[in-house]
This record gives sequence, structure tokens and C-alpha cells, in this order.
Amino acid sequence: MTAWITGCLILLLKLGIVLVGLLLLAAYLVLAERKLLARLQIRLGPNRAGPLGLMQPLADAVKLLTKEDLAPAKADRLIFLLAPAVVAATALLIFAVVPFGQDWVIGGRRIPLVVADLNVGLLYALALSSIGVYGVALGGWSSNSKYALLGGIRGAAQMISYELSLGLALVPVVMLAGSFSLVEIVAAQSRYPFLLVQPLSFLIFFVSAVAETKRIPFDLPEAENELVAGYHTEYSGMRFGLFFLGEYVTMVVMGSLVAVFFLGGWRGPWLPPLVWFFLKVLGVVFFMIWMRGTLPRLRYDQLMHLGWKLLVPLALLNIVVTGAVLLLLRA
Amino acid sequence: MEPRRNFLAAAWEGLGELVRGFATTFIHLFRRPITEAYPEYHRPLPERSRARIILTRDPDGDERCVACYLCSGVCPVSCISMQSSQREDGRRFASWFRINFARCIYCGLCEEACPTLAIQLTPHFETCQYDILTLVAEKEDLLVDHGGKNRDYNFYRHAGVTAVGGKGEHLQEAKPVNRRSNLP
Ligand code: SF4
Ligand code: SF4
Repeated sequence: MTAWITGCLILLLKLGIVLVGLLLLAAYLVLAERKLLARLQIRLGPNRAGPLGLMQPLADAVKLLTKEDLAPAKADRLIFLLAPAVVAATALLIFAVVPFGQDWVIGGRRIPLVVADLNVGLLYALALSSIGVYGVALGGWSSNSKYALLGGIRGAAQMISYELSLGLALVPVVMLAGSFSLVEIVAAQSRYPFLLVQPLSFLIFFVSAVAETKRIPFDLPEAENELVAGYHTEYSGMRFGLFFLGEYVTMVVMGSLVAVFFLGGWRGPWLPPLVWFFLKVLGVVFFMIWMRGTLPRLRYDQLMHLGWKLLVPLALLNIVVTGAVLLLLRA
Repeated sequence: MEPRRNFLAAAWEGLGELVRGFATTFIHLFRRPITEAYPEYHRPLPERSRARIILTRDPDGDERCVACYLCSGVCPVSCISMQSSQREDGRRFASWFRINFARCIYCGLCEEACPTLAIQLTPHFETCQYDILTLVAEKEDLLVDHGGKNRDYNFYRHAGVTAVGGKGEHLQEAKPVNRRSNLP
């Protein structure tokens, strides 16, 4: 009984730390992104709130919380109010299966540094990211506004298309690791990260992940110069904040998924595992920001073209080749 | 139509351009930002930039404004109002003169219309106030003790005040001709 209670307590503690850490990370990612983006464009970025602008996320939060929470008169109220929560919650939930460090042993107890080691963790992550699409599509639809609807439709089409290549790019990883569990996948990369044997997979996964987070070369659902703000045009206050938070949490989560699947997760020489994991996630996230500062937005037909005519066939080909090579090696 | 290129060559070229783009933005990370941090640094503005309005004086220290209402008439948002009066020597002036800066769009038309160079726009643009009524400027707030952009110009030396001095005594004014002897 006591073992069960301590287990429960440890889990709760872990949950709390991960949740707070993730939210803090997302909040400061906003600042980091604004700063980096500014420097990429030879600007200064936010530097007024606190030293070096470090209090900016706090100021933003206060601003968003104190703004009026508006819902359009003809909106589908319930769905309108729920949609942002779907986006933010699914993004947060994905992180539950991500292992972010080596198991700790404290007082003879093994504490795995992952909230839940699901044996189908990979499927769980993909499934949740699919549910996230509902937040975007429903938010856009229920606002009862043309811009939001267009943004929602685009979001749904884009995310469904890219989910396909996202999933397909992971099949070779599963073949190599022989497991759906993210912990096992990290364990399978003890000798070399999968990036070295699956560069194509990595590329496809990364591009699809950026598309899933609706970031700049693929930010058609919000495309501010065509659709005002896309699916969250009608949102204000903290509900808009939740969409925003969801986007940045997704960024962290996608960064950690890239790290787990292709960069060897928390594995690395010299530095402690937690630091390695952190560095890898930040590296991926930095690249996403860099991308945002460099590339223009794709046109809608280009987006669909890239997804269906390039990434999906390439991913399928990659699966076949990987399968053949594996068969040859094991025979 | 563009000639059909080798797919690989096109892909290679595209990759090169991609790398170039990313390199450009990456180099930007190490450049000094070109931002001018405003409240700490004031960029010196050109003399003719248009912001807060002043009423200037001529070299003798008199008010230049002759209350001709031209600025008031030309102002597209009708934010200038005044009341004209006359001094004993016949010189006109505005007994009160009011500009509502809350309405002014700083178009500079008043300055162009003014025949005496009295009303002028200055580069001083920091005029924000919390209470909108404090933006209404009276003559005392507008009047300065210098000649603004053209310190030597004196309208009265050119045009004259009929009550002072005789005909032909003003700057660049020809002596009156005798109309009897002026026949062709
Ligand atoms: S600058 Fe334009 S708007 Fe302002 S007072 Fe002069 S004429 Fe009127
Ligand atoms: S400021 Fe100039 S235009 Fe306006 S009333 Fe005076 S003299 Fe006339």
C-alpha cells in the first residue's frame, strides 16, 4: 500500500514538474522566438519589459488574462469556447510519452524520466496530434466568420495531408527499433542516432512536423495577410492565448519527437542526459525559428503538391527500401 | 515556355538557393541591429519635418500673424480658430488664436497658406497627452520669440501698414508714379 501511495505521489510530482516546465518553456519560447526572429531581421526584439525583456511572457500573460473574452453573437458558443482547449490540451498530452532523461535511482527506487511509458506511445502521439486538428477546424467553423472558416478548412486539409507523411516517415524508425514505445526507440539508438541511417525519413518527418505546427512556410491556416488571423480571427483574451500556447507547446513537443525519433533522445556523451535532451529540443526549435525568419509562405497548391506528390511517395519508397535492407541484413 | 530542365539540376539549384537564404539570415544573427531605440535615442529630424505648430515673430519682435484667416480657411480639418483685431497704428493681430492639436493632421497646409510666415510647423513631435483637452493650444502656447525657419523676413517691410509711413517707403516698393506723366 505504501509503495502504491509513494508511486502515486512521485507520478503526481513528475506530472506537475513536467507540466510547469513545459508551460514555462512554451512561454519563454515565445520570447526567444520574437528575439531570435528580430535578430534574424536585424532588429532588436522585445527589450522593454524587465531586463532584456525577460518579463515579456509575464506581461503578455497579464495582458491576455485581463482582456475581454469575446464570443461572436452568431458563433456556436459551446464549440467556440471549447476549441482552444482542445488545441492546448492535446499538445500538452503528447508530451506524456516523451522520455526526457535516463531513469533515476533514488533510495533504491527507479524513477523513469517519462510520465507514461506507453507501449504504443508513437501511435498515441500521432493520434493526439490528429485530435489537435479538431481544435483548429472547429474553432474556425464555430466562429461563424468567413476568414476563420477559411483558416479552419485550410488547417484541416493541411494537417490531415501532412499527418500521413508524418506517420509514414516514422514507419522505418519503428522497423529499426522494433517497438512503438518511445522509451524503446531511444534505447534502440544507444549506438547511433537514427538520423544517420534514416536521413530521408528525418527530412520528411521534420517538414511534416513544421506543417503540423502550422509554422511559417506552412502557416496557411492563419496566413495573416490573406485571412486576418485565420482560424483564431474571432478569438480574444485567454482563449486566443490558449491557441497561442498550444502552438508553442506543439513546437516543443515536435522538437522533442524529432529528438526522440532521430537524434537519439537524451543520449549523448559527457553531458547529463537531461541537458542533452534539452539541447536537442532547443536545436530543433531554433531551426524552426530560423526557418520562419528565412522562408516565405507556400501557396496552397504548392503545399498540397509537396505533401501528396513528394513527401508521401518518398516516405512510401523509404519504407520499402528500409524493409528490403533490413530483410537482407537479418537473413 | 521555359525549356524543360533536368530535374536533378533544378533540385540542385533549388538547394543552393535554400542554403543561400538560410546563410543570409544566419549572418544577420551576428550583425548589429539597425533599430534605433526611440525614447533613449532621438533621431535628428530634418528641419522641415512637420509636427507641432508655432507662431513666430518678425525680426523686430512683433507678432507676424495678421489674422488673415487664410490658415484657418485652408485647414482641412478646421482646427484653427482666431479673432482678428487691430492695433491703434492699424496693424492687424489675432486677439486670440487657438489650434486644436487633437484634430490637427500635420498636413502643413496652414504654413503654405500663411502670407506672413507666421504659422510654422516644427520637428517637435512628442505632443502626446493623457487628457485630450490639454491638446488645445492657445496663443500663449503657440507664440515663440524667434522667427522660425526664416528669421529675417518681415512682412510689413514689404507690404507695409498703411497707417505707418507713406507710399513707396517700404522694402522693394517702387515710388508712386505720377499718373499724369505716366501716359505712353
Ligand atoms: S497642419 Fe494642416 S491640419 Fe494642422 S493646423 Fe495646419 S492646416 Fe490644419
Ligand atoms: S497665421 Fe498666417 S495665415 Fe494664419 S491668420 Fe496669421 S497671418 Fe493669416
